[in-house]
Amino acid sequence: MILLYLILILLVGGIFAGIIGKWSQLLSRIISLVALSADLILLIWIWNDHPEASQNTWWIDYKLNWIPTLGIGLHLAIDGLSILLLFLTIILGLVSVLISWKEIHEKTGFFHFNILWILAGIAGVFLSLDLFLFYFFWELMLVPMYFLINIWGHENRIYAAYKFFLYTQASGLLMFLSILALYFIHGRASGTYTFDYDHLLGTSMPAPVAFLLMTGFLAAFLVKLPVVPLHNWLPDAHSEAPTAGSVILAGLLLKTGAYGILRFVLPLFPEASVSFAPFGMILGVIGILYGAKLAFAQTDLKRLVAYTSVSHMGFVILGVYAFNRIAFQGVIMQIIAHAISTGALFILVGQLYERIHTRDIAKMGGLWKQIPLMGAVGMIFAMASLGLPGLGNFIAEFLILTGAFKANIIMTCIASVGLVAGTIYALRIVQKVFLGKEITIWKIPDLSVREKFISAFLVILIVYLGLFPQKVMDTAEPSILKTLDPIENTLPSKSILLKSIP
Amino acid sequence: MIREDFLCLTPLMIIAGAPVIMMLILALKRNYKLIYGFSLIAFMIAFLSVYFLLPAIPHTISPLFIFDGFTIFFFGMIILTSMLVTILSHRYLLYQESEREEYFIILFTAVLGSLILAAACNFVTLFLGLETLSISLYVLIAYRRSRRNSVEAAVKYLVLASVSSAFLLFGMGLIYLNTGALEFSKIALVLKSSEYSTPLLLTGFSIMVVGIGFKLALVPFHMWTPDVYEGAPVPVTTFIATVSKGAVMAVLLRFFYAIYGFRNHNFILMITVVAVLTMFVGNLLAIRQQNLKRILAYSSIANMGYLLVTLLMGNKEGIYAAVFYIVSYIITTLGAFGVITLLSGRDNDADKLKDYTGLFWKRPWIAIVFTLALLSLAGIPITTGFMAKFYLVFTGIDSGLWILVISLIINSVIGLYYYLRVITTLFSPANEVTFPAISLAGKLVLCLVTLAILWLGINPEGAIHFISRYSGF
Repeated sequence: MILLYLILILLVGGIFAGIIGKWSQLLSRIISLVALSADLILLIWIWNDHPEASQNTWWIDYKLNWIPTLGIGLHLAIDGLSILLLFLTIILGLVSVLISWKEIHEKTGFFHFNILWILAGIAGVFLSLDLFLFYFFWELMLVPMYFLINIWGHENRIYAAYKFFLYTQASGLLMFLSILALYFIHGRASGTYTFDYDHLLGTSMPAPVAFLLMTGFLAAFLVKLPVVPLHNWLPDAHSEAPTAGSVILAGLLLKTGAYGILRFVLPLFPEASVSFAPFGMILGVIGILYGAKLAFAQTDLKRLVAYTSVSHMGFVILGVYAFNRIAFQGVIMQIIAHAISTGALFILVGQLYERIHTRDIAKMGGLWKQIPLMGAVGMIFAMASLGLPGLGNFIAEFLILTGAFKANIIMTCIASVGLVAGTIYALRIVQKVFLGKEITIWKIPDLSVREKFISAFLVILIVYLGLFPQKVMDTAEPSILKTLDPIENTLPSKSILLKSIP
Repeated sequence: MIREDFLCLTPLMIIAGAPVIMMLILALKRNYKLIYGFSLIAFMIAFLSVYFLLPAIPHTISPLFIFDGFTIFFFGMIILTSMLVTILSHRYLLYQESEREEYFIILFTAVLGSLILAAACNFVTLFLGLETLSISLYVLIAYRRSRRNSVEAAVKYLVLASVSSAFLLFGMGLIYLNTGALEFSKIALVLKSSEYSTPLLLTGFSIMVVGIGFKLALVPFHMWTPDVYEGAPVPVTTFIATVSKGAVMAVLLRFFYAIYGFRNHNFILMITVVAVLTMFVGNLLAIRQQNLKRILAYSSIANMGYLLVTLLMGNKEGIYAAVFYIVSYIITTLGAFGVITLLSGRDNDADKLKDYTGLFWKRPWIAIVFTLALLSLAGIPITTGFMAKFYLVFTGIDSGLWILVISLIINSVIGLYYYLRVITTLFSPANEVTFPAISLAGKLVLCLVTLAILWLGINPEGAIHFISRYSGF
């Protein structure tokens, strides 16, 4: 029941924030903060209360009938992987509300309604264990995100919002077809027609069919992630969205793709995934390099940051298809660290935009003198983005590359070049924006108390992840082993897994 | 006439008797409120009588009518929808200076035609119902005759509907020539025993498809739809899009399932081609429209295309999916057209898309209703449209209709584009256009519709259960 509350609090909070926003902007913001804090408290409570994690059990498993005639249930469950991502969701949600405090002052109520409903959709995605319910939430978060981009975005917002919606919806429908096909294949084989994840696991089907169904799932997840030929919506959506929208897009929406692959694609289609693995790794490497190259070529700061996401998500996909524990740990670290570092960079761009009303790198330069604090924060997260040791992203990328090395040496070597490319674009941010020649003399204030608080919080998080990643890894470990289990059984030779290496 | 016969015909008789009484009242005293109130009460009594009909089913009044769960379900739906349309029409008609009262009389005859269609199991009743409906619609479409569009639309509809009726009759004639029967069940019997596809018989069926295609606005017989939707008074458009389409679809379903059309390769090919064409043409033509009524007209064409898929499923689930889809389409369309009706002013219908710019910031509640209706048409979760489309795709895959299902999916994405366009307009910065305030009754209708959209979208179990219990043949 508590899992359902997690989602309901956000949904109801959103409605209240939306209605009250008509009378009081402040109250609407406060309601959003209260709803998110309530969720955070619930999460902490679950965290403290959870049983000693073992590989096969969920911390909490909650089932309720929804549409029993069609075998659809309200099945929510939480495990290490889910709770990490939920913490991320709620924390970034709080950050999004806080950073919008000054940025959004029109239609505030509806803005917070959208934020909370997106977060509810995302939380639902991370909690659902019924494929229909999963799809339901998957779609639910699109509409408010569409509004967020469409109403509060920058100049080209309408185009970006369309593109975002159509890309994700079209790919989502392919996944939906796959879900239905899986339902019927399982139903005809076993006699029980159900969308329940636990039942659908281990459905046997001919290899070509499995591959086809997996492609349907992958279409949705790879578009969300995004992987390079399908990434086209991302730069537009990210750069046109308001800051809070970009933070949620980069920090959470992309992660639902990675989560979907880990939670659904690999366990449901182990054989097909193994045969797809080489392509997956190639896609990952292409993403890393192509994203980095394009990031380097951008003159719009926000677009630049958006393209770094493409590059970083390349690491995720590379790690996922390396199929081993270390790489998976890296993937989860990458999910979290990237959410924080890229989120922070988007916030920084937003703060800069509020002050100088441009995102054009060519017009910036030498800002450090004016705004040293902001410069320092920018420096830290640029370093995080390039993978400096001591910060979370380093751990993530290091683990992924280590893991991938065992699976495919050539790919890993090429992928490592991405780190160099990362260094180039990250340093370019610092050089062109904060250092270098002053092109215009701006008279602008440095971080306000609220902004200082947000930045300090994110800096602490990313440093903590860099120095003490063990807590996260321990939490994710059982889920990772569970995901790997069916795949290990299908891998041709177990020697390359090197499960014995810690 | 035995008791059951009488019982089963009660709703029909009430709906048929009401206009007679109304005419008498009119002869004595012309009073708009009185007629309006009387219509509502008549609809209510008819609706209640449907409930008392339940124990009598299944019952056949051979050879003309059949009363089974399916009929009763459509009876209830048609009467309820017509009642809501009546409420929506109330204020709209007040804008007209004279002759408001006859509108309700003609509305009743249109409803009567629809009811006959829902209960028809014979070519005679099919044709009778269709003609009663169509002829009433000619008048209703032209009801605001001071407007040029209205008359143009009515004439267009008159010509095309008459031609299509002629086609329909000719097709029935050819089928009768081959089978010697007018009853669906007897035609099915003959078809089962004899060679299924003699050329003449197939010609008969094909010509019937032309006739039905006109009524349902299937491609390539869809040309009249946007003009008629645009020209007719909005409440009448609402009626055409909901009750009239629903009733024709009901009789088509019954006929097609009765003759086992889904087993014949020629039919399968024909329906598949028409369905795919209808989906694509409807959605693609909607994209560039600037007039809301036209957008919704093309959207209704596409939706009929989706519904055709259910014809080929050939099992109980197919019928349930069709009925659920029709229910949800009717509710959604009532929502969308309801908003347009209620926002229409004295001189013009509120059908220009650009007038709606920024409606959300001026009239948030009504914009929310409209947005939900549009999202439902697009098939986005928490709305009934999502569940309906899901159920349709679900049963479609179950029956292995992959081409149609994939075409439906592609079309959902195309459709999404123009629904989003309307939604984007609603949420753009506000403009200066003002709309009239909405009456309390109008608000109630919209509330009811919105709740239904959300309820069926979030918890369809009850509805699906109900449909699978009552709406079988």
